[in-house]
Amino acid sequence: MTSQGTKVLVVVAALAAIAIVVPNTNSFVILLSTRALAFSILVMSVDVLLGYTGLPSLGQAAYLGVGAYLTAILATRYQFGLGYDFWVVVVLGILIAAALAAVFGLLAIRATGVYFLMITLALGQCAWGLAYRWNSLTGGDNGINLRGRPKFGIDLANEVTFFYLVLGFFVLSLLLMYTLVRSPFGRSLTGIRERELRMKIIGYNTWLHKYLAFIIAGGFGGLAGVLWAHTAGIVSPENVVLTTSVDALLMAVLGGAGTLVGGVIGAIIVFGLREYLSTLVPWWQYVLGAVYVLTILYLPTGLMGIPERIRQRQTLSGKREDVKKIAPVTS
Amino acid sequence: MNTQFWLIQVFNGISYGALLFLVGSGLSLIFGVMRIVNLSHGSYFLLGGYVALSVIWTTGSWALSLPAAALSIAAVGLLMERIFLRPLGFDPLRQVLLTVGFAFLFQQAALDIWTGNNFDINPPEALTKTVVVAGLYLPLYRIFMIATAAAIGIALWLVMEKTRMGAAVRATVDDAQMARGVGIDTSRISMFIFALGALLAALGGVIGGAFLGIYPGLDFEMLPIAFAVVIIGGMGSLGGAAIGALLVGLADNFGKALFPEVSYFTLYAPMALILAVKPTGLFGRE
Repeated sequence: MTSQGTKVLVVVAALAAIAIVVPNTNSFVILLSTRALAFSILVMSVDVLLGYTGLPSLGQAAYLGVGAYLTAILATRYQFGLGYDFWVVVVLGILIAAALAAVFGLLAIRATGVYFLMITLALGQCAWGLAYRWNSLTGGDNGINLRGRPKFGIDLANEVTFFYLVLGFFVLSLLLMYTLVRSPFGRSLTGIRERELRMKIIGYNTWLHKYLAFIIAGGFGGLAGVLWAHTAGIVSPENVVLTTSVDALLMAVLGGAGTLVGGVIGAIIVFGLREYLSTLVPWWQYVLGAVYVLTILYLPTGLMGIPERIRQRQTLSGKREDVKKIAPVTS
Repeated sequence: MNTQFWLIQVFNGISYGALLFLVGSGLSLIFGVMRIVNLSHGSYFLLGGYVALSVIWTTGSWALSLPAAALSIAAVGLLMERIFLRPLGFDPLRQVLLTVGFAFLFQQAALDIWTGNNFDINPPEALTKTVVVAGLYLPLYRIFMIATAAAIGIALWLVMEKTRMGAAVRATVDDAQMARGVGIDTSRISMFIFALGALLAALGGVIGGAFLGIYPGLDFEMLPIAFAVVIIGGMGSLGGAAIGALLVGLADNFGKALFPEVSYFTLYAPMALILAVKPTGLFGRE
């Protein structure tokens, strides 16, 4: 069996374990897992940009925000999206976030490296500024409270049902993004990450590739937003603020950029630390900060990179032994 | 809306711009010299304000709190640069994430030491008066802010343009590799500039604390505005930072007074547009 096959099996097994174990725990864990899974979709969309295309986006929360505000505004003002029309909201959320990404991408895609970080930061702040100040639409600082989750045959107010819905969306997103990054299109994205100039010379339209990846990532961000609105029950500028974008980026790096599932591990760890540890000790944020700093200093490939590093170290030390054995003979 | 309204708004915008210059100029120099997007710069601003509060509480002297806060935060910046940022080498993403990690650590530390309450830094009596200039009532403190920023700006400009050290810094901004080639110790320049940036931000925190207040969350509120200053002005350029600070200060003030619903949008949208058209900023070096 190929190593890729093994990895896929491990992920499937882990997902099955989550699907079976989580609903049998208490409601706190169920809620926590639902949050982590919904946010993971955003983290994976960051990873498509960061890990596969080499574009570190510092404004991804904008797309989450657009999806979430759309859901909240439709639900509270027009009572729309609380029945079967929930699926319409899902599609609308994806489309509107992708449309926003299409506009933002026109400005951002030309930039590289630090400048890409800065411009996505600026664009993210535009979205935040509107969410924070446009009181008549967004409720300003207070945000919008959603009253009740959709009900269509199944009642999403039930925690376990809602958890399964989010898990379903999560698995679907993972599958789609996995297919995307392994498709010829995804391969050329990786090529752009490695050496954009070379891809250009071969004849790829690298701008278009990056632009499409940016729009696709935006669409997934919108989906995460729709789910997040119903998970949290409140949408506020907190969801669009710079720290949310930074969180998504850090989770992707913590788990391991360019692995997709790494982002999920990052999200679970951060949400776990933030929401569980914070109930136990007052100094939880030190742990979180330290985890970030140590990961960046000592684990640039993230948690998913640990097995690979161990393997490398073993083969390296093995080789050194060989050298020692041979050395006296050759000298 | 008569002339008086416009004059007062312009004055407020300029004085806010003076504060932004203190925060932005350091950030701009750090970016220019080290190509680091320092996301803990807002934390220096906030921590500066907190240290000043502690000094004022223990000694009662506002004048003493300025150098105390500035120097202690400069030391924090210096240590951070030496111990953590320097070993990373040149990797923008990791540097950015590392500074965020520190911003979170600083946030928690500030919460533990100074609690989550809102504080005001009260300047001495003499500065709280108002003066009447041409029929306008102007708070003396805001005039003091403008004067301080101007004095610091001129001092920085003199150092950058007239001294050997300044020439070395400018050379590093233009081409770090070449600067190393001709024997400039760019590592020491980075250390110096990072500490200077932290010092200026902390100074801004003390001075700004009198009318913004000092409260948790101020760090990440200040940070994007400081970036707007840097980007509009141009990265690594002092004059650019001054003009950027003035523009952002005025835009922010008029935005909030005239179109409150889209006021932040009117600040960040031009920033994004400028970046898209001219990534080095309006006055940045190519």
